[in-house]
Amino acid sequence: MRFSIYRYNPDVDKEPYMQEFQLEIPAGKDMMLLEALLLLKEQDATLTFRRSCREGVCGSDGMNINGKNGLACITHVSELSEPVVVRPLPGLPVIRDLVVDMALFYKQYERIKPFLQNKNAAPAKERLQSPEDREKLEGLWECILCACCSTSCPSFWWNPEKFVGPAGLLQAYRFLADSRDTATDERLDDLDDSFSVFRCRTIMNCVNVCPKGLNPTKAIGKIRSMLLERGV
Amino acid sequence: MVKSVTSLGRSGLHDWLWQRVSAVVIASYVLFMGGYFATHASVDFAAWQALFQNTAFKLFTLVFLVGLSAHAWIGLWTVATDYVKPVKIRFVLQSAVIIASVMYFLWGVQVIWSV
Repeated sequence: MRFSIYRYNPDVDKEPYMQEFQLEIPAGKDMMLLEALLLLKEQDATLTFRRSCREGVCGSDGMNINGKNGLACITHVSELSEPVVVRPLPGLPVIRDLVVDMALFYKQYERIKPFLQNKNAAPAKERLQSPEDREKLEGLWECILCACCSTSCPSFWWNPEKFVGPAGLLQAYRFLADSRDTATDERLDDLDDSFSVFRCRTIMNCVNVCPKGLNPTKAIGKIRSMLLERGV
Repeated sequence: MVKSVTSLGRSGLHDWLWQRVSAVVIASYVLFMGGYFATHASVDFAAWQALFQNTAFKLFTLVFLVGLSAHAWIGLWTVATDYVKPVKIRFVLQSAVIIASVMYFLWGVQVIWSV
């Protein structure tokens, strides 16, 4: 199987280039792209990428595979057309090969205050939630912050320091929708500008690429509705 | 919270809502004009003047002009903040759009009220 992989080591290379690889995969055998990359790393030990859990939970190995963002560890090579073109996640600065600098992505995540805020005195045991209220968090808490969505979003490419991006907004709504959180007004105040939420043009690249099958566009729509209900 | 001074409204929600409401106004006006041309085989000067002498239509046109100017301002402001990165060039472009929108609107008002 043929692979074409983005290579760039700023200490050595003047500019990025694509390196061709060949890997023999026995007939009838399938493997995940991450496993193939690990085998290619045996051919060329300088090939660099992030990975950890190798089962789609940690979100470390997000990359652009044949033009679409996804996790290498849960992408079967049998599903991919040749040559398999692998690039780093688009829109973020490349540190080396397939490793990108996620600082801006995390900065936006930090901005939405991704933790429960409750002004009321803490109960003796725990803050209870009805099953119906818990149900509202489905499709939100599962996000693994792999950045596949935000780095496929043109609005995030053009304004990564101002637009929160789909991943951050999915988490923003996760706390807005939480019955135990009392900072709803403050959270909405922080989002009501022309960029943070409203730079979303609803093109839904985020929904198209999310490896966990989540729907950030829907969450963004819910935030807009909350702002609208408060402002009209 | 991201601050911006060249946008039309003072909040994201404000611009977003204006963009949508003005789109409905513009669409209604276009549909009305389409209907007008479809039902009037030949539109001569007298018919055209009669249409614009109607106060209701003058108001409709005025609301349409408000919607069009706001829509253009918000839309082109968004395009400029997406694609034009050098601040000086962006400021000049945004100012040009704002001045043009205001000028066209005032000119439109003068034209409508001169009929």
